[in-house]
Amino acid sequence: MSCLQTIQDYALRSVGIGERLLPRSDFTLCEQVTLIGSGMIWNVYFGFVALAAGFFLATAVALARLSPVWAVRKPAEWFIFIFRGSPLFIQFFLAYEAFVLLPKTGIELNLIFIEITADTRWLTRAWAGALIVLFLNTAAYSAEIFYGALCSVPKGDLEAADAYGLSGWARFRRVVWPTMLRLAWPAYTNEAIFLFHATTLVYFSGFPAWQQKGDALYYASYFADKTFNPFIPYPIVAGYFILLTLVVIGLFELMNRRLNRHLAPAARPRLRIRPQVIR
Amino acid sequence: MSVPAASAMFASCADPGTLDGLSWLACYLTSGKHMAFYAAFGTVLLLLAITAPVALLFGFGGAMAARSRFWPLQWLGRAYTAMVRGVPDIVFFLFVPIALDQGIEWLRHQVKCPDWTEPVRRGSDFVVCAEAKLPLSTSAQWVHESYGFALAVLAFAVVFGAFAANVLYGAMRAVPRAQIETAEAYGMTPRQSFWRILVPQMWVYALPGLSNLWMILIKATPLLFLLGVEDIVYWARELGGSKTQIYDYPHPDWRLYYFLGLLVFYLALTRVSEAVLGRVTVRLSRGQATLAGESQRKATQ
Repeated sequence: MSCLQTIQDYALRSVGIGERLLPRSDFTLCEQVTLIGSGMIWNVYFGFVALAAGFFLATAVALARLSPVWAVRKPAEWFIFIFRGSPLFIQFFLAYEAFVLLPKTGIELNLIFIEITADTRWLTRAWAGALIVLFLNTAAYSAEIFYGALCSVPKGDLEAADAYGLSGWARFRRVVWPTMLRLAWPAYTNEAIFLFHATTLVYFSGFPAWQQKGDALYYASYFADKTFNPFIPYPIVAGYFILLTLVVIGLFELMNRRLNRHLAPAARPRLRIRPQVIR
Repeated sequence: MSVPAASAMFASCADPGTLDGLSWLACYLTSGKHMAFYAAFGTVLLLLAITAPVALLFGFGGAMAARSRFWPLQWLGRAYTAMVRGVPDIVFFLFVPIALDQGIEWLRHQVKCPDWTEPVRRGSDFVVCAEAKLPLSTSAQWVHESYGFALAVLAFAVVFGAFAANVLYGAMRAVPRAQIETAEAYGMTPRQSFWRILVPQMWVYALPGLSNLWMILIKATPLLFLLGVEDIVYWARELGGSKTQIYDYPHPDWRLYYFLGLLVFYLALTRVSEAVLGRVTVRLSRGQATLAGESQRKATQ
């Protein structure tokens, strides 16, 4: 079987398109590279969606944490503590068990004039259930980063905003928020990279891979188990992730340039990967 | 298969079928399997206690290698510190133990069975002679279990050593250059100035990174489960799953509660670590030429 044929069969295997049966013997390098690459679709999906949605929740939580009102600040602090203080692995297990316990038939919601049935079965599937966990997790980590950045917004910037007569939403939208993002961006880049790395945990925790549709590491461990040879599939995953990391850094660098475009070139912070934010 | 009642801790638990309410719960929570579950918390703490110093040692070696003037060593140190940046740590946790296992078995195979002519890798199999197997197939069960645990510790040490090497390398560069220059002016050799000036001063710079690393290490311990060690995650799944009437203690699916328990355990561990590390930071800042050290000096005057 030619490599082109293999790519046609397996390139979209992880989303259920193409050959149904996984290769069982005489594994070629092409099969391993294609199938593991196909699994990367899930890693990118989980990372990208969780990051995009988590960004907004993180901003809200960071602002809540800064609030002088006790009833607003405390829940934000607990949210951050629970998700940053416990292993993501345990969070996945816990979420899965909780979703499994929901009634299979769905929840009856009684809204006075109409009764609707909320279907809950999809929550036990990784694409939704694991995504929710990753979303909340990255929101907590990012909220901590944003909170730190909010605390270090220069006082002069705020006084300048006051002098221009900006207040409330306008002041936040035009002064506080852009400065917060600018200050938080290097750390947030780190968070994004390690969120993508954390997506490999999904199919090794509570969430089962349905019909053998898994992520890159799922297929890599499949090959390693079948061939007793870890020296081929794992370096392939590593290669894919180094590529993904470089892409993420590239994209975040573009945004970094945009956020810092008003500064003198020498004063612009450079993005560095500091491996300090895994979970 | 019914679990023999002989494993019960109290005499009153001999026949669980007759119990109810609190006494049932007390007997349930002290059954033999639950004792193994509680012991698994000890396994986690043991892993932390062994891994942290070993990883620190690996990290120190890595940082020293990365600073070396001998370029192959420097290159090796740089590669080691860079390896964790782009690749998910879990890949290493899956890769390192089986790679080490096969590497050790292959070396033993070369030494113990030199006249074995067939190849070690045959299609989808990895075959070494029976004498080279580790642990030997005749060994006791506990040898197999501790070997698995040792491989897990080594995997953790390798990965976290790379993280620690990053932190320590940065800390060594953060020590003010003037300190080293002063040491050189006093006629110290590079080795002397490294051990007497640089190393004692770098810890305060390394501490934020190292405490972060400790938190990460705590949160990485459930990955032991993936390495086949019977840890708390394993037992939580095992004990929490629904038990039918043929068991001594039938109950529905309680895994949610077991995992909630694990969550609380980890949150508590994090809180305690935060408090301890806060104290260590204060202690290490004493007498240092940093802002924190200076403010301590002023406060005591």
